[in-house]
Amino acid sequence: MDLSLSTETVGDRTIVRVGGEIDVYTAPKLREQLVELVNDGSFHLVVDMEGVDFLDSTGLGVLVGGLKRVRAHEGSLRLVCNQERILKIFRITGLTKVFPIHTSVEDAVAATD
Amino acid sequence: MATVELRFSAVPGHVRTARLVAASVARKAGVDEAVLDEVRLAVGEACSRAVGLHQNSGITAPVRVLLIEDEKQFSIEVGDEAPHQVHDGSPGASEDADVEVEEDEMGLAVISGLVDDVKVSTGADGGSIRMTWPTTTPPAAVLP
Repeated sequence: MDLSLSTETVGDRTIVRVGGEIDVYTAPKLREQLVELVNDGSFHLVVDMEGVDFLDSTGLGVLVGGLKRVRAHEGSLRLVCNQERILKIFRITGLTKVFPIHTSVEDAVAATD
Repeated sequence: MATVELRFSAVPGHVRTARLVAASVARKAGVDEAVLDEVRLAVGEACSRAVGLHQNSGITAPVRVLLIEDEKQFSIEVGDEAPHQVHDGSPGASEDADVEVEEDEMGLAVISGLVDDVKVSTGADGGSIRMTWPTTTPPAAVLP
């Protein structure tokens, strides 16, 4: 399955819904999307990963890159994920300490810190 | 010992194919269903790393994947032909090079976290990552 992306704005938050596989082939598409959002002034991002079937370190790298970009503008990047097999990759790499990970988009949008 | 060998051009689009083939062969070899996600991820990481190394070094040779079924274990060996150099981190190193090293290390970190039995070898002529998982042997048939 390829990567699917869609965005929605809720207040000052931009929700990026990701579906499919994020790997070395598809990650550049996600990177482009995040860069474009930040360049357009969206600095508070919520990446909804509930539709993601596969995530590898290339995808993690893109998310870390996105986080660096929004932080440069005092922004935030929050993740929504409940899938154990995806969460495991964040735990292995220690990135659970870097990304706020929420159980629902509503929680992520409501979170302030 | 049964072996499946896969060679593919070093382009990112083929990594998914390698993942699917590896998972399929691993399942057939008797790797536990619960571990197949890890096999898929680990082989993807190793192949992504090899593809990156070939592309960055301008190597046109294919990436090599060996899927080796032994009596009580299943191994995957992903080989590349890129000359491996130690990154010295010296000032002046390009940002791109730093990103490549970061991604390479992240990939290896994921593999190390997923697979208990992993051997990474590097040399001037290339390197390889060999990962091994135990297989569950079906119970022997009892003859009357």
